[in-house]
Amino acid sequence: MTATETQARGTRRGMRLDFHVLGPVLALVALIVIGILLNPNFLSYGNITNVLARSAFIGIIAVGMTFVITSGGLDLSVGSMAAFIAGLMILVMNALLPTLGVSVATILAGMATALVAGLVAGAINGLLVTRGRIEAFIVTLGTMGIYRSLVTWLADGGTLSLDFDLRTLYGPVYYGGLLGVAWPIIVFAIVAILGELAMRHTAFGRHCAATGSNEQVARYSAVHVDKVRTATYIMLGVLVGVATIMYVPRLGSASSSTGLLWELEAIAAVIIGGTVLKGGYGRVWGTVVGVLILSLIGNILNLTDVVSPYLNGAIQGVIIILAVVMQRGRAASR
Amino acid sequence: MNFRSHAAIAALALAALPASAQETAVIGVSIPAATHGWAGGMNFHAQEAIDRLEATYEQLDFVLATASDPGKQVNDIEDMVATRNIDALVVLPFESEPLTGPVQGVADQGTWVTVVDRGLSQEGIEDLYVAGDNPGFGRVAGEFFAERMPDGGNIVVLRGIPTTIDNERVEGFQQAIEGSGIEILGMEHGNWNRDDAFTVMQDFLSRYPEIDAVWASDDDMAIGALAAIEQAGRADEMWVLGGAGMKEMIQRVQEGDEMVPANVTYPPAMIATAIELTALNFVSNAPVSGDFIIGSVLVTPENAAQYYFPDSPF
Repeated sequence: MTATETQARGTRRGMRLDFHVLGPVLALVALIVIGILLNPNFLSYGNITNVLARSAFIGIIAVGMTFVITSGGLDLSVGSMAAFIAGLMILVMNALLPTLGVSVATILAGMATALVAGLVAGAINGLLVTRGRIEAFIVTLGTMGIYRSLVTWLADGGTLSLDFDLRTLYGPVYYGGLLGVAWPIIVFAIVAILGELAMRHTAFGRHCAATGSNEQVARYSAVHVDKVRTATYIMLGVLVGVATIMYVPRLGSASSSTGLLWELEAIAAVIIGGTVLKGGYGRVWGTVVGVLILSLIGNILNLTDVVSPYLNGAIQGVIIILAVVMQRGRAASR
Repeated sequence: MNFRSHAAIAALALAALPASAQETAVIGVSIPAATHGWAGGMNFHAQEAIDRLEATYEQLDFVLATASDPGKQVNDIEDMVATRNIDALVVLPFESEPLTGPVQGVADQGTWVTVVDRGLSQEGIEDLYVAGDNPGFGRVAGEFFAERMPDGGNIVVLRGIPTTIDNERVEGFQQAIEGSGIEILGMEHGNWNRDDAFTVMQDFLSRYPEIDAVWASDDDMAIGALAAIEQAGRADEMWVLGGAGMKEMIQRVQEGDEMVPANVTYPPAMIATAIELTALNFVSNAPVSGDFIIGSVLVTPENAAQYYFPDSPF
C-alpha cells in the first residue's frame, strides 16, 4: 500500500506519463481523430453541440454515480428513477396548467417536483442500504422495478405528454443556451466541476473514498459511514432530478421506455473513467471522459457506414473492456 | 390434418352446448403487458372488446391476463387451463418459440385457439390466425414515397428493433420504391424509441446536407425525428412518414400538418378483431376458422377521422 503510494507520487513528481490516468484520455483522443478522418462534419458546431448535449443526461447522473461507487455502493435504479420523475413532472405541470397557466411558475413547480422526487427517491435507496442493512445491488434492483412499473402505470401503458404550449415555453431549457453553448452542456459542466471539487478538496470526498476503501477502518477513524453512504445516494437522486429537468423539454414526453439502460451506461462511464467498481477510489473528471467516449462511439457509428449497425453494441462493449484493461494493465505493471 | 378436423369437431361440440343448455363459454385472453405505446393501445382495445362482449352476451365469460415476459405468459396459460377451464384461448405470443409448445398443449385438449400478430413457430396449431401485414406495412409506405416523389430524391430510414418484423417491413418498403429514383442515403436502428430516433436523426442531419424525406417507420420514432429536424431548423426541407397510427400523429395528419402528410396503420385494435371473431364462434353459426390478415392502410387527411381513437392511450 505505502510502496505503491510512494511510487505513484514519485511518478507524478517525475512528470512521467501516467498511463493509468491517461488511458481514457488517449481513448477519447483516438475516437476524436477517427471521427475527423471518417466525416468532415464531425467537428462542426452542430455535431459537437449534439454530442455534448445528449451526453448531459447520463453525464450528470454519472457524476453522482461516481460518489456512490467510490463509497462502495451501487445504484441500478437511476434509469427507472429518471423515467418516473419525468412522468411525475409532466403530470404535475399538466395538472397546474388550469391554475398557473402557461407560465414560468408552472415550469418552476415542475422543476421543484423533480428535485424533491429525486431527493426522496435517493433517500429511500440510501436508508434501505444503510439502515435496512440490505445489499445496494438488491435494494436498487428492487426500486428499479418499482419505478419502471410506476411510470408504466402512470402512463396507462402509453406515453405521458407535456401540454404543447408548455413544451414550447420549456423547450429552450434543452434547445436554448448562453453564448452559443446549450444549457444542458452548461449544467453538465457545472455539475462536473462541483463534483470534482467535492471529491478532491472536501472532507466529504475523502470520507467517500475512506468508506469505500475499508468500512471498518473508516468507522474507527470517526467517519460517519452510514451518513456518508446515505448522502451519496441522496446526492445521486437529486442529480437524477437535475438530469430529468434537462431531459423533459427535449421531447416533452415520458413512457416506460424512457431512460432504459441509463444505469448501465452511467456505471460503464464511471468505470471507464478510472473509478474502482469495488469502491475506495473515484475520479470525477475521468467519469466525464467516460461519458464522452460512450456517446462518441454512437455518434461516429451513426456518421459512417463502415460497420453494420447490428454491431453497435459489440463495438461499445469492446471499447469499454479495452479502456479498463488498458488502465488495469498499466496499473499492475507499474 | 386429422388433428385439425378433430379440433374443429370438438370446438363445434363446445359451441353447440352453450346454445342448448345456456352454459357459459369461457374465453381466455393472454397478451403481453403494456410495456410500450403500441402494447398499451393493444391492452386498451382488448379490455374494451371484452367489456363490450360481456355486456352483449350473457353466455360468454372472459379471463384476461397480461404478461411481462414469455415465461409469465406460459404460466398464465397453464393457470387458465387448470383453474378456469377455458373453452377458447386468444393469445398474442410474447415470442413465437417459447409459446409454441404450451399453446400446442392447449390445442391438443380440444380448446379453440386464436393466435394474434406473432405466429407460432409450428404451422397448423391454431384454429384462427389474426395478424397485421408487415410486408404490406412497408409496401404501403414505399408506394406513398414513390407517389409523392415522382422525380426521386434523397431519404433516410429509421429502423426498428432488429427483428423479423422490421426486416419484412424494410424489404416491402425497398421493393415498393425500386426504380422510382428515390435513394436511401442511410438506414439506422432507432429501436422504435423516441430518444434513440432523436439521436440517430440528429446524426443523419449532420451527415447529409440534403434530405428530402424521412421514413421513420413508426410513430414514436417519427416524434423523435421531428424534434431533431425542428432543432436543426430544417423543417421546411423535408417531411416524415411514421406508422402504426398513434393518436397524436393521426391528429396531425387530420390537421393537414405539412411535415406529417400521412400515416400507415398497424392497428393495436387487431386484438379486438381476434376476440370478437373468437366470440362469434361461440354465439353464432358463422364459420371463423382460418387466417385473417388485417391490411395496412394509408391514412391521409381525408380518412384520418376514421382512425382517430381519442380515448386510447396510443
